Amino acid sequence: MVYETTIGLEVHVQLKTRTKMFCGCATGYGEAPNTLVCPVCLGYPGAMPVMNREAIGLTVVSGLMLGCDIAHWSKFDRKSYFYPDMPKNYQISQYDKPLCLGGGVKIDLEDGTEKTIGLTRIHLEEDVGKNTHFGASSGVDFNRAGHPLMEIVTEPDLSSPEEAYAFLQALKQILLYAGVSDCNLEEGNMRCDVNVSMRPVGQQELGTKAELKNLNTFKGVFHALQYEQERQAALLDRGERVVQETRRWDPDRGETSSMRTKEDAHDYRYFPEPDLLPVVLEDAQIDAWRKALPEAPRERRARFVQTYGLPAYDAGVLVAEREVADFFEEAVRAGGNTKAVSNWIMTDVLRVLSEKGVGILALPLTAASLGALTKLVEDGAVNMTGAKEIFAVLANKGGDPARLLDELGLAQVSDTGALEKMVDEAISANPKSVADYRNGKAAAAQYLMGQVMRLSRGKANPPMVLEMLKQKLDQ
Amino acid sequence: MGDAEQAKASGLDVAYVAHLARLHLRDDEIALFQGQMEQIVHYVEQIGKLDVDGVAPLSHTVSVSNVWREDEPRPGIDHGKVMDNAPEQRDGLIAVPKIVE
Repeated sequence: MVYETTIGLEVHVQLKTRTKMFCGCATGYGEAPNTLVCPVCLGYPGAMPVMNREAIGLTVVSGLMLGCDIAHWSKFDRKSYFYPDMPKNYQISQYDKPLCLGGGVKIDLEDGTEKTIGLTRIHLEEDVGKNTHFGASSGVDFNRAGHPLMEIVTEPDLSSPEEAYAFLQALKQILLYAGVSDCNLEEGNMRCDVNVSMRPVGQQELGTKAELKNLNTFKGVFHALQYEQERQAALLDRGERVVQETRRWDPDRGETSSMRTKEDAHDYRYFPEPDLLPVVLEDAQIDAWRKALPEAPRERRARFVQTYGLPAYDAGVLVAEREVADFFEEAVRAGGNTKAVSNWIMTDVLRVLSEKGVGILALPLTAASLGALTKLVEDGAVNMTGAKEIFAVLANKGGDPARLLDELGLAQVSDTGALEKMVDEAISANPKSVADYRNGKAAAAQYLMGQVMRLSRGKANPPMVLEMLKQKLDQ
Repeated sequence: MGDAEQAKASGLDVAYVAHLARLHLRDDEIALFQGQMEQIVHYVEQIGKLDVDGVAPLSHTVSVSNVWREDEPRPGIDHGKVMDNAPEQRDGLIAVPKIVE
């Protein structure tokens, strides 16, 4: 039987605030346990929560970037929750009046078409503490408890693990552009719950879904979905039923297993949080946020193709990170050749970044110096071999490309007389290659070219040498 | 009328709510609270007789909104004092009976 897969995601994103959602405790990762805590986030009786205004703003900005409608009236609710990592036995969340409704994220499909994954809503809540499990007991660190957590809920619009992966990548990119979260997966900034069901192709109603909890890598989501597809298809093939349940993904064993949660575990008994007042947002305020939004990555990619005439693939690589895209545009503004700057970034700069494991802002190379370097090449002052040497210095220490050109003695030899001497020398020293070329082996010219470059210690002007060689050999 | 039927009639099921709230009640307590809770519900139900057409729903009784703070860190509680409240501890963590998800 052929099945189709239906996937919906709930993505939890930790917002980039200095303090927690409902108290003034600093947010932080990797601090000594239970040091960023107070009566509010420890759930002491009588402690009163107060909203963090910045968290509301970052959620609205996220919503605007994702095309959501922003609620003019929003409120918080209590959600019953009985684990020790949330000791007041409820989590403050938003039930029926979330801050953002609707919206969508565009992804590229393998066939080159575009698909929009609809969003149901975005609401704001508080993160829970972090558990460590020992043999007979568990230990709780409340530093994370109360960190502002945005939950982005999708419509069941995703139909494959590949789409889910592409969605998460696109979402992360947008949130990074918006500057609302560090989206650092290693630090648990983005965590995902997945709903997945299968039905025979053509069947109207959705199949029974399984829920996969707390996936903390995109690869994990991808592999867990692949596993679930196979598991559910095998059940359906055997004429068995998929049980509606929550399952745990074990990345080491590469499989999901039932968490055997009770059926009524989802009865959260929401009710309005009496300790918090509603959030009322005026149009003027929302418009102010809207006006300050950065350009979204997809729009930027389209603009790079249009404005700079870059291939879509190249534009995609450049805009993947906002800082890299900014760097590109700055280098072009500094007079750099568009295509050359793009090529340098896509090959050498990104290679250096991955070797050093740093972001582009941490590199001694500046956008202006890369722009200047491409100009030197364009003007014929240095050839690519020399430019690569200059680049290596710029990437490690920084500096002025024109001065480095002099210091390293890399000025390109474009003097006809000097070049001709070297060309003649190469020709007379390599009679066999000359004969090969004249017998129709075009590749022999490349060898001779290499000899001239060697004689010039890499500084000869390659197009001039090639031209000269061909002229002499074709005589 | 048995407990279950009674629960159905009022839409209130003390045994179920107690279970959700992790309250362990004896049968006689369930029966007692079921009766008391019914009375409260019936009392509040009187409000349903009022004509509220044209009255906007209300989730808060004060007409104040946007009570928030700026994103400025403030000191919390000293770690030592926090741990004074934890009868069992391990490596700076508050130890609890093993959590089974």
